[in-house]
Amino acid sequence: MNRTITILYFAWVRERLGKDQEIVDLPDSAVTVADLIGCLIESSADHREVLKNLEKLRFALDQDFVSLDQAIGSAKELAIFPPVTGG
Amino acid sequence: MIKILVQRDNFDIGVETTEIAKLGGGALASFIGQVRADNGLHTLELEHYPAMTEKSLHAIAEHAKAHWNLHAITIIHRVGPLPVGDNIVLVITGSDHRQAAIDACSYAMDQLKTVAPFWKKEQFDNGRSEWVQERQSDLQAAKNWDD
Repeated sequence: MNRTITILYFAWVRERLGKDQEIVDLPDSAVTVADLIGCLIESSADHREVLKNLEKLRFALDQDFVSLDQAIGSAKELAIFPPVTGG
Repeated sequence: MIKILVQRDNFDIGVETTEIAKLGGGALASFIGQVRADNGLHTLELEHYPAMTEKSLHAIAEHAKAHWNLHAITIIHRVGPLPVGDNIVLVITGSDHRQAAIDACSYAMDQLKTVAPFWKKEQFDNGRSEWVQERQSDLQAAKNWDD
C-alpha cells in the first residue's frame, strides 16, 4: 500500500503554487526530506520554479523545523515556507 | 501560568497585566509590537501555520518560564489584516525580580521573531504588496541567547 504525506505551503510559496496543501504518494525511494522535495520538483513546472532555491526555504516535519537530510520516517505532514517574520 | 493566544482580535494590556499581577511576583515586564507606519504602508497581513504556531509559542514560553523562574508568561500574537498603528504582539512576564522579568521578555520576543511560523505581507497605499524578508539582526539577536 502506498504511503501518503500532506504537504503544506505558506506565504509566497503558497501564492506562487496557487495552493495551500496537497496530498502526495510517498515512493519507497523517498527517505529524506530532500528526496521528497525531489519528487515534488518533478511533479510540475510550477513546483520546479518555486522550489529551485532551497536555501531560501525552510521545512517543518510534523510541526518541527528540520534540515533537508532529515529522514521522513512516519511523519504525516511536511510544511514548506520562507523564513519566518513574526513578532 | 503560561498563557498563549493566537487571535484576530485586539488584546487589552491592562487586563493581561492584572491577571499576572494577581500572582504577586512584584516584577512585571511587557513588550507590545505594533504595525509601523513605513513608507506608505497601509496594512500588514499576518499569516501563520496554526498547528506549529501553538507548539512553537508553548516551547518558547516553557523555556523562558523555567530558565528565569517566572511566575507567569503571556504571549498573544494577532493574525489577519492589521492596519498601521494596530497591536501585533504582546509578551508579559512576571517574576520576583526585575532583571529576570526583562530578560525573559526580551528572550521571548527574539525567539518569536525567528522560530514561530508567522509571515508578514506588507500592503502599501499604492496597491503594491510585498512579503517581509527575514533580518540578519533578528537572527543574531536570537542566537545571542545560546551563548
